[in-house]
Amino acid sequence: MEQSSQANFSKAVSRNKNRDKLFAVLGLLATFIGMLTLAALLGDLAMDGLARLKPHFFTSFPSRFPGQAGILSAWVGTTLVMTVTALTAVPMGIAAGVYLEEYAQKNWLTAIIEINIANLAGVPSIVYGLMALGLFVYQFGFGQSILSAGLTLALLILPIVIVATREAIRAVPASMREAAYALGATKWQTTSDHVLPYSLGGILTGVIIALSRAIGETAPLITIGALTFIAFLPDAPIKAEFPFISFEWLWSPFSVMPIQMFNWVSRPQHEFHLNAAATGLVLMVMTLVMNGIAIYCRYRFRKRIKW
Amino acid sequence: MSVQEAQESAGSSPPSMRAMDTSLIQTKTTGLVHNIFTVENVDFFYGDARALKSINLGIAQKKATALIGPSGCGKTTLLRCLNRMNDLVLNTKVTGEIKLDGKNIYASSMDVINLRRRVGMIFQKWNPFPKSIYENIVYGLRIIGVNNRSYLDEVVEKNLRRAAIWDEVKDNLHKSAADLSGGQQQRLCIARALAVEPEVLLMDEPCSALDPISTAKIEELIHELKDTFTIVIVTHNMQQAARVSDYTAFFYLGELIEFGDTGKLFTAPEKRQTEDYITGRFG
Repeated sequence: MEQSSQANFSKAVSRNKNRDKLFAVLGLLATFIGMLTLAALLGDLAMDGLARLKPHFFTSFPSRFPGQAGILSAWVGTTLVMTVTALTAVPMGIAAGVYLEEYAQKNWLTAIIEINIANLAGVPSIVYGLMALGLFVYQFGFGQSILSAGLTLALLILPIVIVATREAIRAVPASMREAAYALGATKWQTTSDHVLPYSLGGILTGVIIALSRAIGETAPLITIGALTFIAFLPDAPIKAEFPFISFEWLWSPFSVMPIQMFNWVSRPQHEFHLNAAATGLVLMVMTLVMNGIAIYCRYRFRKRIKW
Repeated sequence: MSVQEAQESAGSSPPSMRAMDTSLIQTKTTGLVHNIFTVENVDFFYGDARALKSINLGIAQKKATALIGPSGCGKTTLLRCLNRMNDLVLNTKVTGEIKLDGKNIYASSMDVINLRRRVGMIFQKWNPFPKSIYENIVYGLRIIGVNNRSYLDEVVEKNLRRAAIWDEVKDNLHKSAADLSGGQQQRLCIARALAVEPEVLLMDEPCSALDPISTAKIEELIHELKDTFTIVIVTHNMQQAARVSDYTAFFYLGELIEFGDTGKLFTAPEKRQTEDYITGRFG
């Protein structure tokens, strides 16, 4: 009797150990499929596009001749649109996140707002495009401009920035707030002197991840009327004459890199497809660099702040 | 009264001696000293749960008052009412009055910021800001707009000395406070609270996470500080209450069971529950 229960026990143990191994193998497989896909994607883009990545590719406008075509107007457009997006979405998102976390009363209204922010993050991007077409392009009369595009993408990433800000703020221990309040600090002093600086690493990470999502967005910008072929640059923001700074560029028509890519892919000639691959490679590298910066920021701030 | 004064002037004697002194003295001075705080009929609710039940208590000026009792008895809740730190906890309610120099601190005319500058607090787990030692001390002054460098330097030295940590950190004032030991961080927090020049210092189990040597240092500090400040200390450690306090309040299940002279409460308690608790029969 005793011996057989002993045997059952060791059988059960070895069965459990086998399950352990099985999961380890499955998990590894799943990880590899993800990694291999990314590697294959990068490799494919590199094989097609790497040869096109010469200096003149970055300094030339699009052209009817694939060999002479470049992404000058696209990367300038992307940079300017992202500037507008960052300058509007980041302060608004952080302010909203701080308000919801530190100031807002916890009642049914804030509960509804919270749920809806989570929902907004899941709304398909083209829906933002439709809304922006009606609101920014026509209602506000901003036209098919860099300003409209930047604001559209800002709305798109606003929920991501808000959620990231709240998560980062929540990670600041309550004891820090208590320490500040006990010394007679106001809510704003506690927030601006302690809560925000201590959560900056997390907030920055969220902001960069949000921007790296915005940089690849195509659908909402096509909806509001981004151009697919543009052979001039927006008005320069810095001038030689007084007042030296100009905001004319905000009203300029534009293209961005994913749209340039989309345009080239839809052409029949194979050479244009190579251009598209090269543009994709540039976009991928930009995204990876941004994510790299996000990881570095998180690491730096974590290291500096100990409690 | 003269016995009390004599006891205070012997501030340098070690804590163990002090415990004996206190236990031998059985004076009834409660009625003679000025009460800086008076707690009148205070009830406290977390949601529907009543954590404090009709508490009446006076806190004597420039004395140390200990609040003791088993976990969940309401002693920390009462302490956090005294500087309205409980305002930060959602779903709570206070009834009754807590008067600081005769003015109800829960009245709408009371400025909470001002109250917290008059009533400082030390927490159970030390909580220095992740900044330099220097910036920790001067924070309470910076937020009211004091930025004069030489004045701040003076404040830093004065308060680090008051908290008996100056000699240990004077060469590292601009290093991170997080690099100090636990006991040093707690004394830094005391110095930070003192820099605001409060009248009352609330201490919420300040030694519960410290080793015996750090604990002894902080207890010694409390003896020195009560010449200048009123101290209210919550503690789980009954020996500590006996060593550092002049008056002791024993709480049980949200009620104030017994309150009086520390020496008397520990040697000849009036209530059965107090006696059971201090002799270790429960709690």
